[in-house]
Amino acid sequence: MADIVLESRPDINVDGGGAIPRDSFPTEEMLINMGPQHPATHGVLRVMLRTDGEMVLEAVPHIGYLHRCAEKIGESVAPFQYIPYTDRLDYVSAMNNNLAFALAVEKLAGLEVSKRAQYIRVVMAELNRIASHLISFGCYGLDIGAFTPFLYAFREREMILDMFESACGARLTYSYITIGGVTEDLPERFIDVCEEFLDYFEPKIDEYNNLLSFNHIFVKRTANVGVISAGDALAWNLTGPILRASGVKWDLRKAQPDCSYEEFEFDIPIGEGAKGSVGDCWDRYFVRMLEMEQSVRILRQALAKLRGTEPGDVLHKKNRNLKLPEDDVYYEIENPRGQLGFYIQGNGTQVPYRVKARGPSFSNVSIVNHVCRNCLIADVGAVVGSIDMVMGEVDR
Amino acid sequence: MTPEEIADILKDKFGDRVTEVNLRGAHPHVVVAADAWHDVAETLKTDERLSFNVLRCLTSVDMPDDNEVLAAYDLYACDGTPDSAELWTKRHEFCVKVKMPRDNPHVPSVADLWPTADWHEREAYDMMGIIVDGHPDYVDGPDGRHPRRILCPDDWEGYPLRKDYVFPMSYHGIPGVTEYEQTRPMH
Amino acid sequence: MSWIENRFEEGLIVTSLDWAINWGRRSSIWPMTFGLACCAIEMMATGAGRYDFDRFGAGAFRASPRQADLMIVAGTVTFKMASRVKRLYNQMPEPKFVMAMGACTIGGGPYYKHGYHVVKGVDLIVPVDVYVPGCPPRPETLLEGLMRIQDLIRNSTIAKNRPGTKRETQVVSA
Repeated sequence: MADIVLESRPDINVDGGGAIPRDSFPTEEMLINMGPQHPATHGVLRVMLRTDGEMVLEAVPHIGYLHRCAEKIGESVAPFQYIPYTDRLDYVSAMNNNLAFALAVEKLAGLEVSKRAQYIRVVMAELNRIASHLISFGCYGLDIGAFTPFLYAFREREMILDMFESACGARLTYSYITIGGVTEDLPERFIDVCEEFLDYFEPKIDEYNNLLSFNHIFVKRTANVGVISAGDALAWNLTGPILRASGVKWDLRKAQPDCSYEEFEFDIPIGEGAKGSVGDCWDRYFVRMLEMEQSVRILRQALAKLRGTEPGDVLHKKNRNLKLPEDDVYYEIENPRGQLGFYIQGNGTQVPYRVKARGPSFSNVSIVNHVCRNCLIADVGAVVGSIDMVMGEVDR
Repeated sequence: MTPEEIADILKDKFGDRVTEVNLRGAHPHVVVAADAWHDVAETLKTDERLSFNVLRCLTSVDMPDDNEVLAAYDLYACDGTPDSAELWTKRHEFCVKVKMPRDNPHVPSVADLWPTADWHEREAYDMMGIIVDGHPDYVDGPDGRHPRRILCPDDWEGYPLRKDYVFPMSYHGIPGVTEYEQTRPMH
Repeated sequence: MSWIENRFEEGLIVTSLDWAINWGRRSSIWPMTFGLACCAIEMMATGAGRYDFDRFGAGAFRASPRQADLMIVAGTVTFKMASRVKRLYNQMPEPKFVMAMGACTIGGGPYYKHGYHVVKGVDLIVPVDVYVPGCPPRPETLLEGLMRIQDLIRNSTIAKNRPGTKRETQVVSA
């Protein structure tokens, strides 16, 4: 057997206690193909594993199975027509994608958005952050093998989707936040319903922690697995909860506040290695649970501020016939999965010359090979689930 | 540091390899020559005043009117200490563009400085045909050594984001268009 | 069941057997997890607590095609993925059904015009039984599609092929 040390499991004795002498029987490497259709990958991700028995030597991700030509379409339609395509980039947190594109176009064209529209945007973005983290929590449980958290997560998510449906009519791909504001004002009782939901939801986070986070089996499978150091995280341009779990207290909502985020008070949770090392899978998972609590905090403040504004003006007049100047812009915002950036180049007409979407999961997935060295095959599932990618924004 | 100071440092060090400086507008940037890009990148990363430790994005733009292809590298520098309760701050951000001739675009790879550039450069080749020299994940093709395609299949022909790209009529027997006689995007 | 199909004329025993076999088949359709894109999230929501797939007997999502009856193609099919769709369809044992969920699988969806890498409809690759429109379809629509598949099964028979009993494709009105 090759002379390999299991870094992720120093307590497992590879040798067998000397009962089987090394090099007594030859082993061969196996090439195992995981995906693109696989229940434990979040979408169509293909990982080619080269293994020595149960231990993975190399895990190369192959992407592109959902390449839907988003950038070619961006050169063919006007910005307000492109908003539905941005929904489908990270389809789990569609409001945030709409917000990123809208902010980038507004920065390029120099549009001002009304205060009420900014607060509505913050409310929608944070609600969608909670919904997205709920999916990541439910699906991570499903990857590890626990089915109940998935049902609990979707129970709460359905309530958030009901609120979204009352505001814009859609459950998944909203196209609500558009260039210059939001498409229409909130319905009458939205703020009350939202506050009731927050009162109902906050104790649920403790329920999830009791169910999954501190569960002995879950901790055993995720602690000390797939450790990413802070230096690696920055070098590979990981962003979002993954970067924060490696100890880097970096959040674009604080470093580059926009859309009235500077008026809200909230903390940035980072990974502290409570169950293992800093930057392991458990940290990446738990940072998302803590972020849900912070989102609830922002939401309460935003709803209070929203009550103070007059209903009415939420959409800029130039939403439909906006001519982009001959300039380019690159603008990023903090999505639930990381930093989603748009590079938009205009050429004086309504249709952009070039639109490029930089999806956060694109860089996050590229670290799979680096992290899955000398771990078990089952750990690959745990690592891939903790990275929480959505293939829509990897392949665009 | 402001974009003017960063541009001044680069101009002092590299002289005429920095061909254009455009600091007005929403996206301040400089344009450098393709063969000097790796040295410029090393300066951007290692110089203490600059120390850009994160490469955000690599965008490739096709400009058939100027017969050029452009690669825009967006960088930023963030400061802080790991595992501390202090928020990390953004020191500065900048963009460097590299212009190449459209028929033979070559640019040196910066995957040794910023490992994230690995996949971004593969995408630049896949979508625009920018041949990145020295890429760690290469394939030998009929036109020489180029990075492996990442989004399109390995046997895809053409570079989709070029302005004169003709959509394939079929791929391995599956028709590309069903009803519309479409060979190029209609605006 | 291939040794029993298509051998006997219609009669009392055959129709009773039909009733029993079809009841068994339509009450335990096991779908394959083939979520590709956004429609996969709605498929998961349909399988979750509020709109339950399991009350139709279709709750056991099998990952392996060898154990599945129904392939719900949920999401855009691209050229790179097309060969895998075909291979997975071939690996499913008879009787098998395909549901095209979402606008992308019906005719390319929002990507039909400028999508060079998108297959304009999954019926260019595999034969489809039920089309479920929507972008993404609401869970109720997906359940209606499942019930149409159940109707297809209810109307099938093991007797010798009579004219008019060939399986026809159905379209769900959204």
